[in-house]
Amino acid sequence: MKILFLMSSVPDTTSKINFTDNDTKFDESGIQFVINPHDEFGLTKAVQIKEKNGAEITVLNVGTAKTEPVIRKVLAIGADKAVRIDAEPLDSYFTAVQIADYIKKHNDFDLIIAGKESLDYNGAMVHGLVAGMTGLKFVNAVMGLELKDDKTVEVAREIDGGKEYIETTLPLIIGGQKGLVKEEELRIPNMRGIMMARKKPLEVLPPVDAPVRTKIDKYEKPAPKGAIKLVDKDNLDELIDLLHNEAKVI
Amino acid sequence: MYILIYAESQNGKVAKSAKELASYAKAYADKTGQEVFAVGAGLEDAGELFKYGVNKVLTVENETLKQFNAFAHAQMVADAAKKNDANLVLISSSNDAVYMGPVLADLLDAGYVSQVISLPEESDTFIVKRKVFSNKGIAYTEVLTDNKLLRIAKNSFEVIEKPVEGTLEKFEPEVDLSVYDEYKVVKVDKATGKISLSDADIVVSAGRGLKGPENWGMIEELADVLGAATACSKPVADLGWRPHQEHVGQTGKQIAPNLYIAVGISGAIQHLAGVNGSKNMVVINNDPEAPFFKAADYGVVGDAFEVVPKLIEKIKAFKKQ
Repeated sequence: MKILFLMSSVPDTTSKINFTDNDTKFDESGIQFVINPHDEFGLTKAVQIKEKNGAEITVLNVGTAKTEPVIRKVLAIGADKAVRIDAEPLDSYFTAVQIADYIKKHNDFDLIIAGKESLDYNGAMVHGLVAGMTGLKFVNAVMGLELKDDKTVEVAREIDGGKEYIETTLPLIIGGQKGLVKEEELRIPNMRGIMMARKKPLEVLPPVDAPVRTKIDKYEKPAPKGAIKLVDKDNLDELIDLLHNEAKVI
Repeated sequence: MYILIYAESQNGKVAKSAKELASYAKAYADKTGQEVFAVGAGLEDAGELFKYGVNKVLTVENETLKQFNAFAHAQMVADAAKKNDANLVLISSSNDAVYMGPVLADLLDAGYVSQVISLPEESDTFIVKRKVFSNKGIAYTEVLTDNKLLRIAKNSFEVIEKPVEGTLEKFEPEVDLSVYDEYKVVKVDKATGKISLSDADIVVSAGRGLKGPENWGMIEELADVLGAATACSKPVADLGWRPHQEHVGQTGKQIAPNLYIAVGISGAIQHLAGVNGSKNMVVINNDPEAPFFKAADYGVVGDAFEVVPKLIEKIKAFKKQ
């Protein structure tokens, strides 16, 4: 089985977000980049499938050389080889074209795993666009995946207020999230993995020409919250009054 | 030119999200002299949308399409847009719409913007504001294509009644139903009778400050008297005190209710990223230094085991008035 893992490298979740160049760019100074947390569940799932059924895992990232330390981490966790398409991921469409092009050229992946969204631009669209472009089946917000046989797979997808179980076939693209594997099963690199990762191949490919469909003109931070109104614990009537008359929510 | 909204149903009725989309579309249509169309499958009360400014509802009665399938519904919406000369299409941020969105964008060759929180700005170019970095930033995003697809963020537009004389039109979209082949929904687990976390107007959430799962009775009771859904912090879900579906935060569910009440949750940055879209936040915590006090609108410093039962009694009394 061949698995393609689509990885995005995002600011660590504890990062303070700032903008620079007259608020036209995200300020990367002092930011530590990590594997997108939603992707981590899919990566561990891929490694589990490899250990149980045998699989070759390729990690694919569209990014500049800056993402290589994060790619190496994926290799240390268990991917077998890496491909980096050497480009700034300008918008989701541009990024999806790069990935779809790679998939079409290779055309032999059984399972393509992404995260349901990346925690930087929160678009939740690259993997779905790739599905549209390649004609592959696609399930989003996947919280469970079970291989029934060589071809059949049952996936659980999050729906509003519950879960939906879908029986479908490979090849398949999924947008993974929490639940795909248990939190405590998430893999982190160990020393042996880190040593081995150094010897694993990382291929750098040039991007294909593609336009962008959206562009960010400027950023701003959300308006700061007004000061909190503290209510004495012995005067909860005041809280009810505030929620009823001021916030108008009860 | 027309603006098209994808109207989702909830138990066969027009969903609240569809009314939000209609209100957004109507506000923009009035500025630009356009009309608003809606398309939806199996809406029993489709005419309800006229109240919110929709001029025409394309109703789809095909039995197969009544069951959501991202590829089938994307084709349905794309066909409706194409046949009705709509180049601006709006979808909600429900799980289904998020799933369908990119597939639809591909069919429409549309620039697609997620988590939109503003009407397009009045300028020569088409620019909307969207939430990025898990609510920690706002990006002014320009759409460069003729066709445009916007996914509107949850609870960012009020439902506004603006009744128009609308029409219902039966619509039989050209959809390749083979997308249902080798893709079968075999089971649905949906909590019935309970308010779902993603739709709830009020959410009551608790964290490790509650000391153990046996103490959740008062949280459920508080939620009950408020007609709220319950949620929890990540550590609580990780410890197995509460089901994972209740975890709200950056890697759990992201919610944006009108009121979020956090009990015994310190307010780590990852937790806030999942809830700071809420219109109003109340924090109850015995540690006045908890970071949540910097993020919330209202706060009570005090022991949850003392404050919550009292609050339940006060709300019960208030509801009786």
